[in-house]
Amino acid sequence: MITAERKPLDEIVGLVGDKKKVLVAGCDTCVAICLTGGEKEAEILASELRILAEKDGREVEVEHTAAIRQCEWEYLDMIAEKVAAADVVVSMACGIGIQSMAEKFEPKVIVPGANTNMLGMPQEHAVWLERCGACGECVIGETAGICPVVRCSKSLMNGPCGGSHDGKCEVTTPEKEDIDCAWHLIWERLKAQGREELMYVNRPPKNWSKSSSGGPRKMVREEAKPV
Amino acid sequence: MAQPEAVALEATEGEAEAPKKPVDPNFEPEIIVFACHYCAYAAADLAGSMRLQYPTNTRMIKLPCTGKLEVIHLLKAIESGADGVYAAGCLEGECHYLKGNLWARKRVNHVKRLLEELGMEPERVEMYNMSSAEGAKFAEYATEFIERIKQLGPNPVKRDGVSPLAAARAALGGVAMPEEADASVAATVEEGHAE
Repeated sequence: MITAERKPLDEIVGLVGDKKKVLVAGCDTCVAICLTGGEKEAEILASELRILAEKDGREVEVEHTAAIRQCEWEYLDMIAEKVAAADVVVSMACGIGIQSMAEKFEPKVIVPGANTNMLGMPQEHAVWLERCGACGECVIGETAGICPVVRCSKSLMNGPCGGSHDGKCEVTTPEKEDIDCAWHLIWERLKAQGREELMYVNRPPKNWSKSSSGGPRKMVREEAKPV
Repeated sequence: MAQPEAVALEATEGEAEAPKKPVDPNFEPEIIVFACHYCAYAAADLAGSMRLQYPTNTRMIKLPCTGKLEVIHLLKAIESGADGVYAAGCLEGECHYLKGNLWARKRVNHVKRLLEELGMEPERVEMYNMSSAEGAKFAEYATEFIERIKQLGPNPVKRDGVSPLAAARAALGGVAMPEEADASVAATVEEGHAE
């Protein structure tokens, strides 16, 4: 699923500027599941913005709403009225939702209330781990179901590098937590699968043009397009 | 209204005590208490039976468990002008629903962070734990909290004509338990349950 984290309040306040009617729009799909931008979180942000305005003596009207999915036109119709009444919309959705809103409701000013950060797997309640980089050419069939693109800090196709020690990467997270060496994990699982020979395959450089490096991507399914 | 300065409530080791500003003798804080049906609410009841004295400006909302309390409920009470808000749940390890009071503590702590983010004093929200047999403890916490809020001064977002109790109850919807919840704690325990 797509995960996101709410932006700092100061940044959101800066984006809202001096607009008088603010709508905080949540999205009840991915960002609701990662507890960042669903209706509940939209209501909390709206309450915070009202408290701040009252405290600073500014007259601002702040409402909240949520679309079932901000990334689909049909669901945006359901919040169109509230959007129309607002001077600015703080979208708590992922980058896709925010852009859908901005396109659908042009020229309405839509600003982000969250930073979209990854395609993550919920490891346990309230903990998400990055699992996919949407690189456009999946390699995990040869790497024991472990993605070296996002789980190896260097995105190596032929690992491990010399920075792997006791199964841990030489890089740490910003929180200084150890990161598992993806290639160590790959080796251990290939052994368990009895497919160690895959470790010795020399993989050529990855074709990054199929990722976002190749420009904006577009997918069309002709057989499914409306007639 | 100007933002009151944060006041250190308890001097901790290694920390200089912040100078306390004068307390306005006319300031009567409005406090919202989210009380668990199994412990704090019964403890308040007992405090009344024991004829214990504590400030009457505490407005109580009874919940089936403090675990039902969400961030927005605490925030709504503050937004609508409550000077202080606290959750009163069972002793840790004694929750009727096992972990409700632990969840409540996490949510209270989250609201403290939100208040900091808003430039308000995180001490305006708190979590207390007590058993149903601790009437004296209930009175002690109620007194302690009101003293704390008197030191902090009024909530800067207080508005005339807005009732924090009504707003908190509205935010809770059907979660709040109905009986005697609108009365002040003192009135409730004295009129309803004194033996």
